[in-house]
Amino acid sequence: MLRYLLRRMIVMGASLLAASVVIFSVVELVPGDPASFMLGTGAQPETLAALRQQMGLDDPLPLRYAAWLGAILQGDFGTSFTYKTPVAPMIGERLQVSLPLAVLALVLAVALALPMGLHAAAQRGRVGDGLAMGAAHLGIALPNFWLAMLLVLVFAVHLRWLPAGGFPGWSDPLAALRSLILPAIALALPQAAILARVLRSSLVETMGQDYIRTARAKGLSRGQTLRRHALRNALIPVLTILGMQFSFLLAGAIIIENVFYLPGLGRMIFQAITQRDLIVVQSAVLVLVAAVIAVTFLVDLAYAAVDPRLRRA
Amino acid sequence: MRTGLILGALLAGLALAAAVLSAFWTPHDIARLAIAEKLLPPSPAHWFGTDHLGRDILSMAMRGAQTSMVVALVAVAIGMGLGVPLGLLAAAHRDRWPDDLVMRGNDLVFAFPSLVIAILITAVFGPSAVNAIIAIGIFNIPVFARVTRGAALPIWTLDYIRAAQVAGKGRALISLQHVLPNIASLLIVQATIQFSLGILAEAGLSYVGLGAQPPTPSWGRMLAEAQTMVTLTPHVAVIPGLCIVLTVLGLNLLGDGLRDALDPRLRVLR
Amino acid sequence: MIRLEDLSLSIGGWPVLDRVSLDLQPGITGLVGESGSGKSMTALAIMGLLPERTVTSGKVLLDGMDLLALPERAMRALRGKRIGMIFQEPMTALNPLMTIGDQVAEVLRIHEGLDRRAALARAREGLDRVGLPAPRFPLTLYPHELSGGQRQRVAIAMAIALRPDLLIADEPTTALDVTTQARILDLLRDLVRQDGMTLLLITHDLAVVAGMADRVAVMQAGRIVESGPTEAVFRSRSHPYTRQLFTASGHRPGRQPPPPAGPLLQVTGAVREYRAADGGLRALDGVGLTIGRGESVGLVGESGCGKSTLARAILGLDPLQAGQIRLEGQSIGPGHRMPRDLRARMQAVFQDPFGSFDPRWRVDRLLAEPFHLTGRPADWRDRIGAALAEVGLHPNNARKFIHEFSGGQRQRLAIARALIIRPSLIVLDEAVSALDVQVRAQVLDLLARLQADHGLAYLFISHDLSVVRGITDRILVMQAGRIVEEGPTDRIIDAPRHDHTQALVRAMPKIPADWS
Repeated sequence: MLRYLLRRMIVMGASLLAASVVIFSVVELVPGDPASFMLGTGAQPETLAALRQQMGLDDPLPLRYAAWLGAILQGDFGTSFTYKTPVAPMIGERLQVSLPLAVLALVLAVALALPMGLHAAAQRGRVGDGLAMGAAHLGIALPNFWLAMLLVLVFAVHLRWLPAGGFPGWSDPLAALRSLILPAIALALPQAAILARVLRSSLVETMGQDYIRTARAKGLSRGQTLRRHALRNALIPVLTILGMQFSFLLAGAIIIENVFYLPGLGRMIFQAITQRDLIVVQSAVLVLVAAVIAVTFLVDLAYAAVDPRLRRA
Repeated sequence: MRTGLILGALLAGLALAAAVLSAFWTPHDIARLAIAEKLLPPSPAHWFGTDHLGRDILSMAMRGAQTSMVVALVAVAIGMGLGVPLGLLAAAHRDRWPDDLVMRGNDLVFAFPSLVIAILITAVFGPSAVNAIIAIGIFNIPVFARVTRGAALPIWTLDYIRAAQVAGKGRALISLQHVLPNIASLLIVQATIQFSLGILAEAGLSYVGLGAQPPTPSWGRMLAEAQTMVTLTPHVAVIPGLCIVLTVLGLNLLGDGLRDALDPRLRVLR
Repeated sequence: MIRLEDLSLSIGGWPVLDRVSLDLQPGITGLVGESGSGKSMTALAIMGLLPERTVTSGKVLLDGMDLLALPERAMRALRGKRIGMIFQEPMTALNPLMTIGDQVAEVLRIHEGLDRRAALARAREGLDRVGLPAPRFPLTLYPHELSGGQRQRVAIAMAIALRPDLLIADEPTTALDVTTQARILDLLRDLVRQDGMTLLLITHDLAVVAGMADRVAVMQAGRIVESGPTEAVFRSRSHPYTRQLFTASGHRPGRQPPPPAGPLLQVTGAVREYRAADGGLRALDGVGLTIGRGESVGLVGESGCGKSTLARAILGLDPLQAGQIRLEGQSIGPGHRMPRDLRARMQAVFQDPFGSFDPRWRVDRLLAEPFHLTGRPADWRDRIGAALAEVGLHPNNARKFIHEFSGGQRQRLAIARALIIRPSLIVLDEAVSALDVQVRAQVLDLLARLQADHGLAYLFISHDLSVVRGITDRILVMQAGRIVEEGPTDRIIDAPRHDHTQALVRAMPKIPADWS
């Protein structure tokens, strides 16, 4: 178990390192150099020189990478070029919106998909299965931002149950939560559809295994074998999808924040792109990628919790 | 399940036909702005109405189909062209260094959702449809590599592979002659799935301005432009959305139907 | 106890069982027949676990109660309590994510309503009883931590936990080594005696039935053609089908020992290690062997003894780490790949008739594959036609796909493929193990004839001494990466010297000699 854990941690560390190299190098690819790119063509030579110095552009590349990574490891993501404030607190503030949104959507997606997939697998080939999978087909085809627009139209504009956009801040938790409900639903529905389908097909496949027949020979009912034996085994491929979904949810959240005018990471990134603030873009992307890698690690841990065969390896 | 296949082929075929047709002809000229005819409801002249600049929404949607399909198709080609050889390589060298290298590379790319890649590229090179293709295409590579490897591994345990080895064939030749043909149907199914995901991704990217740029019409940008008018004239936002849903739905049904039709296990039973 | 009365059954319109009548009494009843004869479906019908779209008629009576008419809820109460069942594949029959203790305890919990603690205590007793005693086999083990034989013991413990009246064992030892098979059969026999249980033992192996069953029923194409006390049925063989099975299972092709000739293949000091998580595993530990021209040699050992690794090394699929392989005078040292011309002197036939051929290729292309080593001759199509004729298939099969052939035909095709480039040695890796006895006898005859015609040498690899007995001149016995005994076939089987060989011979199921 410890060995497995250690190996996964090494893999996670290596992935983070590799990701940081990729992100750093991509920014180096800008036409000209990052400083002149950010300032545009009409920049004063003095301003340019000052920014070059601030970014350390006169140093050799590996040294700059080392300095950048070293600062990040100490929590220093640099200073935003447009706002002239440190990037780290900016990201922290935005994460207070994006992270709860992604987590809420994930919880919602699982809560919807689990009963749906189970029901469809239990009703395999019957009307209930057909209905659930038809709905799932439709759900997968829905672009989340369009669903968001429709949700706003119905629940905010016509019914006036929930706010159409904006975020009041966490000082009023209830209001904050209310403003996250529609975005979370828009994010969660398509993902729930995918999850339900994966769970169903995984369950159906598991139900064909030899040990399911053994369980039936013991006198368990179909439902009992489904819950006691098939579900846990079927969960293994579902976990893989779940891990990947978190990265889609995070990415989806960036888009959805635009529909609901939520002050999250996504809006910050798009503003930074238009303002050519590479320091902010670079840092925000790094945070996003780190989050995805961390979730992959958590999924690996979950594997070990579910599957005893991994614990020994 | 037959009905799913037919319905899927029908929907996907319709979208494809519209995309191809739009290269030669659209009901109205979408380059011509007519502010006086803006936001008209559906009518015999404009079946789906007009947008805020008076352009015919049907014509825009047809050209949007073209944008979506080209982006998604090229992205699938990139993913397959690089991912399938990598997956074959990894499977042929199971648990040896080429396999490890491919799988670790996969993990790394999986940490970059296509939206994040698009953000990076756009921040550096500016937005364009090509960026969208690259971003979605890069993300498709590990998907195909993983599917190919996963399907190829069980094939490598079969005795006909050993027979080919006894006949003196190397890993590359065996991959090409025996493994690839036997996983081709699975790859075709995966290609339709990635194609549909590519259409969704392209819509998302152009919605946030990271994809096709004006004046190229795209479903995602039509929705972005419609967002402020959605309360007054819902059809402006409903039509492009329906286009996406129906195309993606069609492709997914087609993929499912193909899987059932191509599954050798089911074929033996019949 | 349990009686089947005119049980007929069809799946999706296909008839599977045809008026099967069978009376099961305490003791062991053997049900023998070839694959597809309906043995397993008979068992599933008794359990009420038939696949969907199955139509049945007739009766399955348990103490006068018709199980076929019983609602699912009532049937559930009987399964595991009054009727237990174990299956063929121990490696997949247990839930990989659940401890063996919990899996055994589950039967007790659902039928007796015991709480987990009490059920686990009873599970402990059950595992002790099937030969998995406490300190070495804690309840907290998972299936992957056990061998195939041990997993089958867990399956037995589950099936007999509630002392059922009837235990159905469907090919319970087919997937196991012979020595493991012997121990599992002993266990089943003891349990039947202790509990006064009824055991329905389903198998394709006449010898297993001869050694175990009090009564036997012979099944052919969904019908029971003959039944009665085992000894009487096996002695009289009054039904022609029974007679055929007997002739085929003891079949030894008529062959002449080859004239002494020089060595063809010599392996000396072969070593191959695999890196494992817990230290290295020496799969080949200094193996040496010689095969003469035109000689037929058997290589026998249990799973994991290294025989497959040796076969791969000889065929040039994996290089050795130490030692030498010498074929027709040319030698290949450790770490070297085998050159083409040398490789062309050898071909192979594998076990699985279904996996041995690419399903997307036609027969002519499949058979021509070894020409890759020699270059395709101009008359290759004629050569393929000739090869097909030689293995007893019509040359017009050349354009067919592999799914159009039966298992026995496929093995003939595999032999034709091996012959096409006229090798001097054919390695046969469990090549007839998957075949039914009658087909097996035909394929053995074919191999004997081809050997005589072409002066071929065979290396016949199997886990089962009885399989190689009829077709080899000499036998090598392998254990833990070493060859522990070698000698003429009859001497090895009649007077084994090494402990391991003796154990293998002892474990071989035999039909008593005085029955025939």
